[in-house]
Amino acid sequence: MISQLAEFFQDLGHFVTSRIDRLGLAARFAGLLLLALGVSIRRASLIVREVYFSGVRSLSIVAVSGLFVGMVLAVQGYEVLQRYGSAESLGVIVALSLVRELGPVVTALLFAGRASSAVTAEIGLMRATEQLAAMDMMAVDPLSRVVAPRFLAAIVSMPLLAAIFSTAGVIGAWIIGVQLIGIDDGAFWSQMQANVDVRIDVLNGLLKSIVFGTAVGLISVFEGYFAAPTAEGIASATTRTVVISSLSVLLLDLVLTVMMFRGLS
Amino acid sequence: MTSPHTSEMIALKDVRFSYADRSILKGVNLTIKKGEIVAIMGGSGGGKTTLLGLISGRLKPQSGSVIVDGLDVPKLNKSNLYGLRRKIGMLFQFGALFTDLSVFDNIAFPYREQTNLPEDIIRSLVLLKLEAVGLRGAKDLKPAELSGGMARRVALARAVALDPAVMLYDEPFTGLDPISVGIIGRLIKRLNRALGMTSVIVTHDLNETLRLVDRVVVLSDGKIHRDMAPEQIRTTDDPFIRQFADGLPDGPVPFHYPGPDYLSEILGR
Repeated sequence: MISQLAEFFQDLGHFVTSRIDRLGLAARFAGLLLLALGVSIRRASLIVREVYFSGVRSLSIVAVSGLFVGMVLAVQGYEVLQRYGSAESLGVIVALSLVRELGPVVTALLFAGRASSAVTAEIGLMRATEQLAAMDMMAVDPLSRVVAPRFLAAIVSMPLLAAIFSTAGVIGAWIIGVQLIGIDDGAFWSQMQANVDVRIDVLNGLLKSIVFGTAVGLISVFEGYFAAPTAEGIASATTRTVVISSLSVLLLDLVLTVMMFRGLS
Repeated sequence: MTSPHTSEMIALKDVRFSYADRSILKGVNLTIKKGEIVAIMGGSGGGKTTLLGLISGRLKPQSGSVIVDGLDVPKLNKSNLYGLRRKIGMLFQFGALFTDLSVFDNIAFPYREQTNLPEDIIRSLVLLKLEAVGLRGAKDLKPAELSGGMARRVALARAVALDPAVMLYDEPFTGLDPISVGIIGRLIKRLNRALGMTSVIVTHDLNETLRLVDRVVVLSDGKIHRDMAPEQIRTTDDPFIRQFADGLPDGPVPFHYPGPDYLSEILGR
């Protein structure tokens, strides 16, 4: 009995210290990465290449998802709004939902699944096959040559993708609301124009995307860089990237939303 | 910058190294002269690769000093270490080619990263290196399209791209067919003579190695067991080296990994 209890506390203690240990490792890694950014930023071609792989290749999934999310918002929004006789506000509701929340958040979730998982697997495999060691032996720092460009690409891609997501969503809502349901075209757009604020709504949404891009980018390169050099190690690192990224995005969103929009009206 | 004894390229003095609680090297003393080809032999997990890690500064010893080209490697800061590494080439066990780059771009990589040479000169240099390893015709292939032996030759061409003063080889013959082993062996020797390099070869391929090297250092139990000329290896009656040379399963290096008594374990007693 006593020994079982002791074992339980041992396991608990081990669990907690190992998590704290990993957090410390991640913080130290982030610091080193920050130092490597200086060198990396001067080589824009490497970043552009990664923006292509992470960002451009995610365009279709982001645009299509945005379109469908916008359409669903329009159907649901119209159903509620017309009970209060304010169906023309559909454009505002949809645009605000997209620009403030769904654009940044859903894009970040999609990005984590589509692009970040690939980055983790790629860096993990490069490590397992000693490609990073070979680079280090050639006096080329893998942090600034391989890791930093992928991290920066996430920060650059995320806000752009979120903007495309929101745009596609508004178009989706317009197709459903104006073209199919028959809301007045002019009211749809003019109400949206009058009630969506550039600073409060668009800029805050953009800021959210940049924060999400930083978080998701950091998690993906960290997990890849420290993945165990085995098939199982890389598989679990990839899974961890998606899970931890998704949870971090949702948690960060809550924090940011409270900071940005509390007590606005 | 150069060592007082200019003929000494690599000098290890009482080097100790351990991973967590497992002691790997227990006081290694080794001096390698400029231009020498030295083989490091010993059982698996005996610290051979660790030795290469220490020489290249990828690992730091718990105590002792590692001097390469007159520089105290463990004490170097990152930029000085990278400065030294520009003079060190390393051939990794499985080549470690960049899988997203073509053969040509793999060999161009060190030139593009470390020099400001214009692209047409880089092209000529890469083709020269590829010609030296006989793979000029394969320049547009991706590493995945190469055989093991070809990949190792490309990796060798990349490792010597900047004409290093020191070459480190980690198991250069492992997993290769006999023809490729012969090719790599001849290339190592030829490059060493042509570029005047100092070479350290970690291997357990005795036959190929003895044809190649000036000296054989045998590691056992974290220490240097013997340091002798290749001819002596063939004739010595040292039981450890004989077991190694003749491929005997049991001897000073036990066949069995340490464990509980066989009979009592199998009978569950």
